[in-house]
Amino acid sequence: MRAIQRAAVVAPIAREKKTLVTISGLEKRYRSRDRADVHALSDINLAIEDGSFVTIVGPSGCGKSTLLRILAGILSRSSGSVRMGQTEIDGPSRQVGVVFQSPVLLPWRTVLDNVMVPSEVQRLDLGAARRRARELLALVGLADFEDRYPGELSGGMKQRVGICRALVHQPSVLLMDEPFGALDAMTRETMNVELLRIWREQNITTILVTHSIPEAVFLADRVVVMTPRPGRVAEVVDVHLPRPRTLAMVNTPDFGRYVASIRRHFGSVGSG
Amino acid sequence: MSVLSAASTRRPGLLDRARARVGWLSVLLLLVILVAWEAAVRMLDIPAIVLPTPIAVFQALGEGLGTGSYLPHIAVTFTEIICGFLAGAGLGIALGILIGQSLFLERLLYPYVVAFQTVPKVAIAPIIVIWFGYGLSSKVIITAAIAFFPLLANTIVGLRSAPTEQIDMLRAHTATEWQIFRMSRLPQALPFIFVGLDVAIVLSVIGAIVGEFVGAKEGLGFLILQKNFNFDMAGVFAILLVLSMIGVGLHLLMTTIQQRVLFWANSNQIHLTGL
Repeated sequence: MRAIQRAAVVAPIAREKKTLVTISGLEKRYRSRDRADVHALSDINLAIEDGSFVTIVGPSGCGKSTLLRILAGILSRSSGSVRMGQTEIDGPSRQVGVVFQSPVLLPWRTVLDNVMVPSEVQRLDLGAARRRARELLALVGLADFEDRYPGELSGGMKQRVGICRALVHQPSVLLMDEPFGALDAMTRETMNVELLRIWREQNITTILVTHSIPEAVFLADRVVVMTPRPGRVAEVVDVHLPRPRTLAMVNTPDFGRYVASIRRHFGSVGSG
Repeated sequence: MSVLSAASTRRPGLLDRARARVGWLSVLLLLVILVAWEAAVRMLDIPAIVLPTPIAVFQALGEGLGTGSYLPHIAVTFTEIICGFLAGAGLGIALGILIGQSLFLERLLYPYVVAFQTVPKVAIAPIIVIWFGYGLSSKVIITAAIAFFPLLANTIVGLRSAPTEQIDMLRAHTATEWQIFRMSRLPQALPFIFVGLDVAIVLSVIGAIVGEFVGAKEGLGFLILQKNFNFDMAGVFAILLVLSMIGVGLHLLMTTIQQRVLFWANSNQIHLTGL
């Protein structure tokens, strides 16, 4: 496999990069409503390099969203540690921007004012934040829509606003929880290409959760494959497809091999 | 229909035309009823102290408004309605925000609030008049007691209506509880609060009249009793008309404010609670 051979060459260079997020021995257990003990995450260990694009893929119930919510600081962990740089993540952090599955825009605010939300919450310099918000909206092609209300936008446009909002306060990590899950297949492809462009231009470490294996491979430097009961990391796959990625790559044999090797983890359905 | 469309370009659509047609039908229905009423009273020879004719009612209304004899009473009742409404609504919203803060407070206080609500306000009106006299304050208190509950109930439900994802989003971006309240919970509760306000303003008219019936020296309710006593049925009906105009006017005012404030809300999604 040519891609794997190339991996041997690329790997040492990659190792020189600085680690930004370190997850070690992370466990999450909780009691469900019917009083059953759920082992949501079991012994998760990950090192995420500064500036890299990491996707977490797995079937529902594998704990991928739980992991992301712990990283976002809106869910507590049972044990283990999550560090960003040298600081332990124990709650929401200004270093983090989050994009959720639904765009969760505030319908009474204009597009621009929605993007401004994190800067307002964090009491940043609003003038500078507004300039930055306008730049981001221009970057996603919504410069002419800053005075519109969310109700007037399409699903894809709303999620673009959601991405701008997650970036406005210049976080060092962008967390995305199935951000394009609610979009139709064609919009989703466009959004993937656009997301890679934003990632490159903003140079921001991105962790994206998805249940689509092709999406995970297409976007990532590194795919974290998770399996359920208990939620744990089954494999970490380095993706050595060239960048910038194009939709045409989806049809290459290399791409297909990555998808197939990840699919092996998820039983017989759709394997081979 | 989405109120939002009013914010963007809005052209009269099919729906508006259908609505206008129903509007005309509704006016026509009123005319038919008035004519039938007038004809029935004349033909069946019903005495004026039992049922006045519509023409007599309009004459009485014209006289009352023309001579200005209604005006001081209208002013008194209107003041009672507005003051009672503002006091009751303000208290309802404030207590609703307080109770909405936690399920603990809701479980602690809500049973008593419901118990208070089940007591007919008409039944406690005499006590209020004895305690606070025949003047403005007793009417304001009775009106406030009636206007209070729709706002309390709707505020509590409204504050709970903020989507969890919205709150998670704010929290993930380091928002404090107060910021979450200000940026999500309160605006999210506004459509519910406005439903409560609309119900309460109409109930306030009833509250003021109930208060005046129990004991008053002026006001439209007092005037109704006086005219009733004198067998001036046309006058009673005329004042009922004035009252209903006040009610409709206040309701329209409330709807206008609501559409301005809640341009973003889909009015279909708002459910009525309370009462």
